[in-house]
Amino acid sequence: MPARAGVAVALRDAFLSALVALGLFGAMIGLKTDVGPSSLVLTPRPWAVAIAVGAVFAGRLALLVWRAWRPAGAPSPRRLAAAGHQAGRYLAPLLLTFALTLPAYGGRYWLDLGILVLTYVMLGWGLTIVVGLAGLLDLGYVAFYAVGAYSYALLAQTFGLGFWTCLPLAGLLAACWGVMLGFPVLRLRGDYLAIVTLAFGEIIRIVLLNWVSLTNGPNGISSIPRPTLFGLTFSMEGGPGSVADFFGVEPDISQRVIFLYYVILGLALLTNWVSLRLRRLPLGRAWEALREDEVACRALGINVTTTKLTAFAIGACFGGFAGAFFATRQAFISPESFTFMESATVLAIVVLGGLGSQLGVALAALVMIGGAELFRDFAEYRMLVFGAALVAMMILRPRGLVSGRTPSVALGTAQEISADLVAQGRG
Amino acid sequence: MAEPLLEVRDLSMRFGGLTAVDTLCFDARAGEITAVIGPNGAGKTTVFNCITGFYRPTTGSIALPAAGGVRLALERMPGHRIARQARVARTFQNIRLFAGMTVLENLLVAQHNRLMPSVANGLLAVFGLGGHARAERAAIERARFWLDAVGLTARADDPAGALPYGAQRRLEIVRAMCISPVLLCLDEPAAGLNPRESDELSALLRRIRDGAGGEPGCSILLIEHDMGVVMRISDHIVVLDHGRKISDGSPAEVRADPAVIAAYLGEDETTESAA
Repeated sequence: MPARAGVAVALRDAFLSALVALGLFGAMIGLKTDVGPSSLVLTPRPWAVAIAVGAVFAGRLALLVWRAWRPAGAPSPRRLAAAGHQAGRYLAPLLLTFALTLPAYGGRYWLDLGILVLTYVMLGWGLTIVVGLAGLLDLGYVAFYAVGAYSYALLAQTFGLGFWTCLPLAGLLAACWGVMLGFPVLRLRGDYLAIVTLAFGEIIRIVLLNWVSLTNGPNGISSIPRPTLFGLTFSMEGGPGSVADFFGVEPDISQRVIFLYYVILGLALLTNWVSLRLRRLPLGRAWEALREDEVACRALGINVTTTKLTAFAIGACFGGFAGAFFATRQAFISPESFTFMESATVLAIVVLGGLGSQLGVALAALVMIGGAELFRDFAEYRMLVFGAALVAMMILRPRGLVSGRTPSVALGTAQEISADLVAQGRG
Repeated sequence: MAEPLLEVRDLSMRFGGLTAVDTLCFDARAGEITAVIGPNGAGKTTVFNCITGFYRPTTGSIALPAAGGVRLALERMPGHRIARQARVARTFQNIRLFAGMTVLENLLVAQHNRLMPSVANGLLAVFGLGGHARAERAAIERARFWLDAVGLTARADDPAGALPYGAQRRLEIVRAMCISPVLLCLDEPAAGLNPRESDELSALLRRIRDGAGGEPGCSILLIEHDMGVVMRISDHIVVLDHGRKISDGSPAEVRADPAVIAAYLGEDETTESAA
């Protein structure tokens, strides 16, 4: 008897969903405008509507049936987190091995894609320090990326400094800008902080666009020097002082690409190592405590100001490194590369990966950047697939791909902390 | 009689037209448990927020002796320096633990300033320099000592947010103790505890006051509504009503004070005669 009542309820529910779908799609799908002899004419498409409504009906029914017949031992969030932790133990070394050996079997296209993905992995790991650990929602991270890129480009062009000299300088300058952004927003939390950081990112871009005498404005800076390997250049002509000449091989463009690939891999791993290390130190623990409860931090004698500023500075520093790499890889930069879309993409990577999870960020960057590249052929459907994937993610795993938190220290054995206990940060 | 530790003089706190605390004077003596009681809205928590730097008092002074015979003026110090230099620790009426961090991590965050004298040192530790490993071992030992004291050692690796309510209260108190305070300010520590837990709390607070196991004793300032706990453990009670002090003395004196009875039961003639 309850089963029959259940079926009736499910059928009614599905019928109502279909009715809503009919209302929504009736005009949008059911009517098509075509160019007629004198004006636009409406062509009705009842079959398309019927298919759409039928799909909604069947889908809703299937969902309800699945819910009712789901096995009793459905995995709890805690077990899922533990399973994710287990998988992570094998997945991370596997990904690292894959990344290290990619140049051995990947062609030029795959290496370029790898460089792109790794740049975003590095940006994601840098932003994780600010958003994931310290819980400070930063929508203007691209500003530090831009500062790093322009620092390298301008230092190289004006003073003739090389990439490896400029890399730490670019990081340092970006960190300074991180502190400069940090000061005015110290008292802001949540949405307000997000808006101010968003504005900061735009200010940097607009200054770069309009300060023509320094940055060459919208025309950008071109012929930025390429990085060298211990002073050896990767020039196409070969000749003395080039890598090809030194090792006695034919000059080839792929040598430089492989070199760039390993540079960004090294930089990304450095970011990862530093942030993993910081998490286990008092500074990193103070960041996480700040995300959990700022008031309690103050009551325990933690200087909230310096703690926040270090989070901004260190996060920005890695953004600056990534920016310098971007400049040397492209050999050309313009303000167009540093739009809000970049900030949003990096933030989406961090959020989808799971706040504070290193492996999650790497996976999310791989899926979002790599996936978007692979779907390039589908052109107009790309954004549709992307949006659907985001919605599905937020329904199935609202706290990101890898959502648990690993304790930084343990008396006995450390267990994964389920995401519903971990705060997301409100400032 | 013990010497005064915390001296509050003419403390007033006004929010716009509302006077929450009005020219309040009291002392908290070293080595004693001082309770601040009063009906709801009497200004007790406001006094606490002034002492611990969360509010800046409108007028008045709050003095605390520090090492080397200096007297620190708490009313002019920012919150984090009150905990760091004056060593005044506090807990909150609504528990404020770091819920997503483990019990042990909560206690290590409390020892932040001991572990990290400066940001530069903190960054050096990234490369394993600066004697950090030794400091952290000592911090874990101190955390273990306090966990043993409240019977939470077995749950050290559980997230703080997953502990039962009573255990969260105890954890918040020992987290405050991890900054090695000279004065511990507790805002309603017995709220929501069952009678057995209240008894355990009383024992814990006495132990904190007297010091044990190599830890020096720590004076306690306490806001509490549970009169059983207050009368049992307090050495000294200050009674507030509408922001003013109406009584001040030992538990026996305060209990007999007609002004206190009036404040708690209302100033009705019949009530007063019945009492």
